[in-house]
Amino acid sequence: MANMNMVQALNSAMDIMLQRDPRVVILGEDVGYFGGVFRVTDGLQRKYGQHRVLDSPIAEGGIVAAAIGMGVNGLKPVAEIQFADYIYPAFDQVVSELARLRYRSAGEFSAAVTLRTPCGGGIRGGQTHSQSPEGIFTHVSGIKVVMPSNPYDAKGLLISSIEDDDPVVFFEPKRIYNGPFDGDPNKPAIPWSAHPKGEVPEGYFTVPISRADVVRPGDDVSILTYGTMVHVAEAAVRQCGIDAEIIDVRTLVPLDVDTLYTSVCKTGRCVVVHEATGFGGYGAELVATVQEACFWSLEAPIQRVTGWDTPYPHAFEWEYFPGPARIAQALKNVMEAG
Amino acid sequence: MMTQRSRLHVPNPPARPGDKPDFSYVRLSPAGAVPRPQVQATATETAGLATSLVRVLDDEGTAVGPWNPHLEPSDLQVGLRHMLLTRIFDERMQRMQRQGRISFYMKSTGEEAVSVAQCTALLPGDMLFPSYRNQGLFVVRGRSLTDLMCQCLSNTRDMCKGRQMPVMYHWAKGNIFSISGNLATQFPQAAGWAMAAAIKGEDRIACSWIGEGSTAEADFHHALTFAAVYRAPVILNVVNNQWAISTFQGFAAAEEATFASRGPAYGMPGIRVDGNDFLAVFAVTQWAAERARLSAGPTLIEHVTYRASAHSTSDDPSRYRPKDEWQSWPLGDPILRLKQHLIALGEWSEDRHVALTRELEAHVTACWKEAVSFGTLADGPSLDPATMFEDVFKQMPAHLLRQREQLRVLRALQPQAAHAASAGAAALEAGTRGIAKEG
Repeated sequence: MANMNMVQALNSAMDIMLQRDPRVVILGEDVGYFGGVFRVTDGLQRKYGQHRVLDSPIAEGGIVAAAIGMGVNGLKPVAEIQFADYIYPAFDQVVSELARLRYRSAGEFSAAVTLRTPCGGGIRGGQTHSQSPEGIFTHVSGIKVVMPSNPYDAKGLLISSIEDDDPVVFFEPKRIYNGPFDGDPNKPAIPWSAHPKGEVPEGYFTVPISRADVVRPGDDVSILTYGTMVHVAEAAVRQCGIDAEIIDVRTLVPLDVDTLYTSVCKTGRCVVVHEATGFGGYGAELVATVQEACFWSLEAPIQRVTGWDTPYPHAFEWEYFPGPARIAQALKNVMEAG
Repeated sequence: MMTQRSRLHVPNPPARPGDKPDFSYVRLSPAGAVPRPQVQATATETAGLATSLVRVLDDEGTAVGPWNPHLEPSDLQVGLRHMLLTRIFDERMQRMQRQGRISFYMKSTGEEAVSVAQCTALLPGDMLFPSYRNQGLFVVRGRSLTDLMCQCLSNTRDMCKGRQMPVMYHWAKGNIFSISGNLATQFPQAAGWAMAAAIKGEDRIACSWIGEGSTAEADFHHALTFAAVYRAPVILNVVNNQWAISTFQGFAAAEEATFASRGPAYGMPGIRVDGNDFLAVFAVTQWAAERARLSAGPTLIEHVTYRASAHSTSDDPSRYRPKDEWQSWPLGDPILRLKQHLIALGEWSEDRHVALTRELEAHVTACWKEAVSFGTLADGPSLDPATMFEDVFKQMPAHLLRQREQLRVLRALQPQAAHAASAGAAALEAGTRGIAKEG
């Protein structure tokens, strides 16, 4: 075991997969010589050469399309889209091509592409470096969608994603690259070395796709969340003293509904939390899924805590961000209702 | 004082319905006049190829000049057979669409030499990334017409399991990629495939096609950029058939520069070729393939041809171009030109041509009979709707298993599902009108 932040854990996952599987190649803007703008691919080109870790032209559509072509030709490309906000020029290639290739060719063609992309706000990125577009991709049939909340899961899930025969969009909440973030930007940063999930095996291991994680057991209310918001929810629970069960969804598609059902049917109350805008967001899917199975166990309407339905405002980052206070309020609301 | 206001330029084709066809804008070179550089020449050394027109067959049907590939008469006869079979297949499927047996169709009439001559010049292991008007590739590689027809019928033997519109074929074993309904997406994918071939150190190359209209899509530029940066072993073809549905080629910025000239701009040779000259298309493809296999890099080929038919069965070209335009097309009909050449060589005759046409028509009829025995969109046997949940993922996740079960229960409660199927076919037919833009 070693202490790793999320950047190091992701780097280690790719290092191991480049070593283990000659089909794995990395491509993206600045990922080679420079090692990536967030340093996630640091040192990999030096170690594996320019045929395994490729700098690409500034063309997201070309990156994804080329990755698809490589995948069709038997490679396992791990493509980086520098920011999730930059993914839209490649949207057609992801939605119309990557997601449906196996389907439209009745299984004769497929491309096992992993698309890594940093997402989320909290770094003063404004509306073009802060988005959480996971709900756009969960709405597309044929791609798996993953978002880890800590270094251990990041490494294990990235290895699983690269090994997966289906395409995976792998969102990396960049606010927690260097440490867990509890939603208060005024507090000093906490490093991953102070967190149990910053302890990561140095070698090969996997965290299975489509398995949620009960981060904190509790009896009063279930919080369903993922990514950065796992840590913000923990802070909210500490603040309000309610015995909440926090579930890190981890894999958004395919969703581990059994873990969700078990928890909500036990607690009878539920709050769904994500950083992305609420309307038509992934939270709506979680709410609908839960009420379909747990309606007769519910003591109160399910509440959602999400980003507001506006672009991510540069000046009002923390007013936008669904911080611990909003989560705590929602927890109180569902405890008092019914 | 002159005003300094800008004025928007809107390109216009030289002739509209009712006008006399005018192809004076098509720059021609005499057959045999264009030099043939070494395959490892630099893009600069090949610059002249982007603006001239490589032609081998002259007006008398004689093969002349440095690009003459000196093919055996037997090879030419096979090429003629494949082009003719493609045309007869297209005619039959168009008729079947008009009779309501299939929902949609797209012919390749007038452009058969592009797919047939190119595929003939490549090796069976080379990977093809076609557009939707490359049915000749499947003919040359020997996919049974029955299989293609079953795809168009969306029947129980449909290779796409009813998931794609007609003509969106694929053939992994034949090294032909799945055809997308989106424009140009396959172009950069071919570059990526070729990059992988080079990374793996293979001798296989990739070849892809798009229409001249699609060159306006970002994916065209992605393909040229990636192919040039990595010197990928790929042949990128722009099939300039003059028309993208109603949009003439000038709208893809070809008024001042040829499509081939995009090649040298990206640092690769661009060759403008007579796309209706079987020998010329074969020769430039052979040149580009050899270049790719020698790691000398990619080639962009512009095939100057003419879309003799409508864009698709949803299109009516008499609304935007002169009805008889094809008759004035200066590069003629690829089938008639190869036929004329073979006759001039003493290796073909009108009688043999008639006999071949009859033989191929009978073959297409037999294939159609076999294909409809596996069902049509309107009449059974039909695919099980439960198959729609397959292939979303390799393993079906729980939510799709559940939805599949919900559909099963729903259908068990609705014995009139059969009526819904034929209503669905009519809706599909209506829905496909006017969709799919053309490159």
